[in-house]
Amino acid sequence: MSGEVVNSKIVSVKPVIEIVGLCKSFGNNHVLTNFDLTLFAGENLVVLGKSGSGKSVLIKCIIGLLDQDAGSIKVFDSEIIELDDTELDQVRARVGFLFQSNALYDSMTVRENLEFPLRRHWIKVSQKEVNDMVMEVLEEVGLAHTIDMMPVELSGGMRKRIALARTLILKPEIILYDEPTTGLDTITAKEIIQLMMDIQKKYNTASLIISHDMNCVRMASNRIILLYEGSCYANGTYADMKASEDSVIKHFFE
Amino acid sequence: MATPSAIRSFLFEAGDIARFTGKFFSQVFRPRYEISEFIRQCFNIGYRSLPLVGLTGFIMGLVLTMQLRPSMVDYGVESQLPAIIGIAVIREIGPVITALIFAGKIGSSIGAELGSMKVTEQIDAMEVSGTNPLKYLVVTRVLAATFMLPILAILSDAISLYGSFLGVNIRGGTSFYLFWTQVFDNLSFSDVLPAVIKTFFFGFAVGIIGCYKGYNSSKGTEGVGRSANSAVVVSSVMIFILDLLAVQITDLLGFN
Repeated sequence: MSGEVVNSKIVSVKPVIEIVGLCKSFGNNHVLTNFDLTLFAGENLVVLGKSGSGKSVLIKCIIGLLDQDAGSIKVFDSEIIELDDTELDQVRARVGFLFQSNALYDSMTVRENLEFPLRRHWIKVSQKEVNDMVMEVLEEVGLAHTIDMMPVELSGGMRKRIALARTLILKPEIILYDEPTTGLDTITAKEIIQLMMDIQKKYNTASLIISHDMNCVRMASNRIILLYEGSCYANGTYADMKASEDSVIKHFFE
Repeated sequence: MATPSAIRSFLFEAGDIARFTGKFFSQVFRPRYEISEFIRQCFNIGYRSLPLVGLTGFIMGLVLTMQLRPSMVDYGVESQLPAIIGIAVIREIGPVITALIFAGKIGSSIGAELGSMKVTEQIDAMEVSGTNPLKYLVVTRVLAATFMLPILAILSDAISLYGSFLGVNIRGGTSFYLFWTQVFDNLSFSDVLPAVIKTFFFGFAVGIIGCYKGYNSSKGTEGVGRSANSAVVVSSVMIFILDLLAVQITDLLGFN
């Protein structure tokens, strides 16, 4: 379906994620049925859908947190379900994941939170380089002064920025955003979206953004996939979707 | 009367705990070994429990002595008080009370901590950061609980006997040396060894049940509270079951 879309903002046609015929069920609840998706390098793709439509399940399958029932998920040409633990870790080191709830470790300071992925992925760097990398990403998100604070001392927007900094520290080629603006006020949400866009431009990452926030969809997307009843209902730019006469699409874009 | 569905859910949960224990053993001997996290957990679980365990141990020894004294006086065996307290504390009361206090403090803390990490996706975040959460969170906590409880129980026994010494001296004049001589003269290897061994099993039960409840927490903050609560209840019951088994086994082996 992605081949149908012509988008001048896509800087490369090389796919970094390819999903074909993805199916995932929980008991009798068929969340994803025959879902297809392709994410190209440097692209910002938004997966739009109602709450409970399986958007979060989709990105958890992509990163290997959930196993699919059927279908294929290829990240950097590696079939995720066939990878052993070491290979999966190598792929994960190239993919950032911004969790909906930020998932900052409560028992660690901001510095320790940011150092954690570096240490756990066995990245061979000196302590000075670790400090430099931590400061670089903190300055990137404008929160260098919070380095020794605990997550509980930060506001919701600051926590989101720190979570984004932790995602960035490994310089990922793809970033998966799970509802990046959920729980934030409109102004903070816009700041976070702007930050995401700045990061995408600076590092040329491919972004897969899961959202039902139409502001986020409008500001962040090069391309949109509408997830409806477990499969890809529509695929196009914001302008394409906005102009559509289809009742399901209109329901989202009105 | 338990309904069939209650029995079924109990059996399912028992099966799940057994499977979870199997996963623990499949990870425990396999590298990478999380040594620094294990040491941190030993500090949190062991050292930070010491004041509570020490206080309860001291009160337990003191109260037990004060309660037992009148009956001992009636029977004219007041002089045997240190010996009886020593045997009771070392063989049974010390390990079991320490384990129950430990279950209340550590079982609930592990259940709530892992439960809250689960519902706020911190466990998923760990997994995508190249960390095996079962190894990093569960193995370290279960091992720390297993190795710290015996140490706490031994310290609690000692503090409890000191409390007992003070209790004896409230209405009498037994010297420190005489008190400890009477305690140790009536204790044998077969009193101490089974009591210490069973505390390893108590610690393991508290650790594995706390981790299981927290790791399988769901339904948001309400689920976290429920995990912490049921971690304490289930591990406390488990301590009594293990104690019963330990008594039977030591009896069979001729330690009693």
